[in-house]
Formats: sequence, structure tokens, C-alpha cells
Amino acid sequence: MSDLLRHAWVIARKDLVIELRSRTAFVSTLVFTVLVLIVFNFGRDPTATAVLDLAPGILCVTFTFAAMLALNRAFQLELENQALDGLLLTPISRRSIYLGKLIANLAFVGLVEAVGLPLFVVFFNVPVGHVLPALAGLIALATIGFVAVGTLFSAMVIRTRFAELMLPVLQLPFSIPPLVLAVLATAKLFTGRPLDESLGYLKLLAAYDIVFIGLSTLLFPATVEE
Amino acid sequence: MTLASRGRAVTLVALLLLVGVYVRALAFTPLERFQGAAQKIFYLHVPAAWSAMLAMALVGLASVLYLLVKDPRYDRFAAASAEVGTAFCVVMLTTGPLWARPVWGTWWAWDARLTLTLFLFFLYIGYLLLRQAVPDPGVRARYSAVLGICGTVLLPFIHLSVYLFRTLHPQPIVLKPSAPSLPGVMLVTLLYSFGVFTLLYIGFVMQRYAVGEEGSHV
Repeated sequence: MSDLLRHAWVIARKDLVIELRSRTAFVSTLVFTVLVLIVFNFGRDPTATAVLDLAPGILCVTFTFAAMLALNRAFQLELENQALDGLLLTPISRRSIYLGKLIANLAFVGLVEAVGLPLFVVFFNVPVGHVLPALAGLIALATIGFVAVGTLFSAMVIRTRFAELMLPVLQLPFSIPPLVLAVLATAKLFTGRPLDESLGYLKLLAAYDIVFIGLSTLLFPATVEE
Repeated sequence: MTLASRGRAVTLVALLLLVGVYVRALAFTPLERFQGAAQKIFYLHVPAAWSAMLAMALVGLASVLYLLVKDPRYDRFAAASAEVGTAFCVVMLTTGPLWARPVWGTWWAWDARLTLTLFLFFLYIGYLLLRQAVPDPGVRARYSAVLGICGTVLLPFIHLSVYLFRTLHPQPIVLKPSAPSLPGVMLVTLLYSFGVFTLLYIGFVMQRYAVGEEGSHV
């Protein structure tokens, strides 16, 4: 077990160091996130629709799109110079590779969300100060499950034709449970309802995360076998 | 007798029995008091939904078996089941709105079961698209097995999460804890139709499987 996680951390650190050196992917994903937020602002009539009615949806959909964009690059990175073959030849288990990729993706998406959330607050003037810890936890729960499945799928789609198109088609159905639950819970938080009322949503989100991390870890070796 | 011709025979029998479903539903089953003639579509819609769900469950099962024993026959079966399931999904998704328009007053509603079946349809489409996008048969089988398993696990989650929105769909009237509240004569028609649609599913899958098998020899 400790080997599994130690090796996973090595893989994750490798990815994050590569990311840190170029920063192109991070900056483009961030710019994309900001642009989606801006586009959403013009997708509503401010005199007709109260921003609080739309805010939970805008936040969750924007982060879903951002995560999807980020996931496209997770294994794209390994295609250059047959890096994936090298990775598979290293004496570490396939599950460590998956967990490492998952950790790196979560760090990447989490960072984009950490910058995106304040911008959302500024653009849409939604008061989140008093619910910030709960909101952060909720976003984290929703992100984990979605990214867990996405990491698994991104390992498959890189070797298909039209990879950039294939990932959203496969993955968007899997975003529905986290998206629905996150929107419902965020709406309760934004309107000042007590956290107890969202507990059911949070539990279901946690169940989704556990099931899909487990399933993806189990299935990942089947996607990279030679 | 080859598998394809046996499949054709099963399908032919099922289609003849399907004529029986129409005759029984239209002429020998009473009109529902509130929904009128529109309710008749129930005898096709619900069995089609059953076959579409059955097909997905079997795709999931075949995917697990494929990853365990790597026998290409399971992959071929999963592919056949997915294609047939897509067809039943289309029947379900077209008959549903036809009924909903007169009874609910709207073609579509974002109710739990409607959303679930819509995503079932998109899972099927994604599954078939993925199969087309991978040229190597071994890789294709593994990838589609992974997606088939994930998709089958996803469906209960979609249902649970969407169920938290208010639901508009008629509540279960046959498979529920208390006794079926459907009148006996309607229940017989429905159960008969369930049998016919299951047989149709078997016939279609046999033929599609046979086609896949021929394709693998070329």
C-alpha cells in the first residue's frame, strides 16, 4: 500500500514539475475558465433573471468544462517521444500510474478552480464568505469523482481517432451526478440554508467518488496493456 | 442451421407475436379511464424500455467477463447487445413523448426516468462511437469493456441524483412492494409484450452477433 502511494506521488510530481516548467496548459485552462464565466454573463438578461438563480449552475458548468479541458492533456503529455511506453516499463504498478495521474489532475484542476472561484465571486457578485469552507469542500467532492473517471477515459481516448472530440462525448454523461448534486447543494449554500439540508447530496457525492476511484483504479490496467 | 438463420427465425416469431401485442392491446384490452387511447402506447413503451435496460446490463456483464477471461466472443456479444439496445432506446424515446404530449401536455420533461433513459441512450452512442474510433480489435475490446462497466455503474447514480429533482413520471404499477395495481387484463397484455420484446432482443442480438462473427473472419 505504501509503495502504491509512494510511486503514485512520484508520477504526480513528475507531471506537476513538467506543468510548472511550461505553464502553458495551466494558463490556457485558466483563460478558458475566465472566458466561459464571461460568456455566461452575456447568456442571461440581468434585468429578468436574478443572478442567484443562475449562479450555482454557472459555477458548476464552468468548472466541469475546465476540468474536461484539463483532462485532455493528462495523457497527451505521454504521447510525445513514446513517453507512455517508458512509463509502463518502469517497475511500478499500473495502479500507481493511475493514482499518480489522478493526483496530478486533481492538483491541476483544483488550482484552476481556486483561481476561478474568486473571479466568479467578483463577476457575479455572489456573497460566499460565510459558506466558503463548505463550498470548497463541495467543489472538491464534485471534482474528485469527475476527474477520477476522466483520468481513466483520457488514457483511452489518446489512442483513438478524434481524441479531443471523443473525451467530452464519453465523459459528459458521467458529469451528470456530480453536476446535479453540486448544483443542488450550491444553491442551498448560496441561499443561506443550513448545511444539514445538503448533507444527503454530499453523502451521495462522496459515494460517487469512492465508487469511481475504486472502479477506475481497478480498470486502468486494462487501458494500457500491450 | 447457422446462428444467423436461427436468429432470423427467432426474430420472425417475435415479430409475429408482436402483431399479437397490437391486436390484444387495441382490441382486447379496455380503454384506460383517464388517459384514453394514448395509454395503449404503454404496451410498447415499457417493454422497449425493459429491453434497452436489459441490453445495457448485459453489456456490463459481458464487459466484466471479457476483462476476466479475454474471450473475444464476450466482446462481440457486448457490441451486438449495445447496438440492439440503442434501437430499443430509440423506440422508448420516441413512444414516450408521443404519449406525454396528450397526457402531460408536454413532449418532454426533465423527470428522473426520462433523464436516466436519455443518458442511457447517450452512453450507447458513446460506446458505439468509441468502438468505431479504435482500429485495433484487441484494444477496441478492452476500451469498450472499460466503458461498458463504467456506464452500467453510472446509471444508478444518474437515477439517484436526478430523482432528487421532482419527478413527473407515472409511479411503478407492476414492480413495487405492494401487489400490482394494474387491472388483470392490462397486466396480461403488458407481460405478454414484455415476453415479446425480450424475444425480439434475443433474435436481434443473435443476428447481430452472427454478423460480427463473420466480420471477424474477414
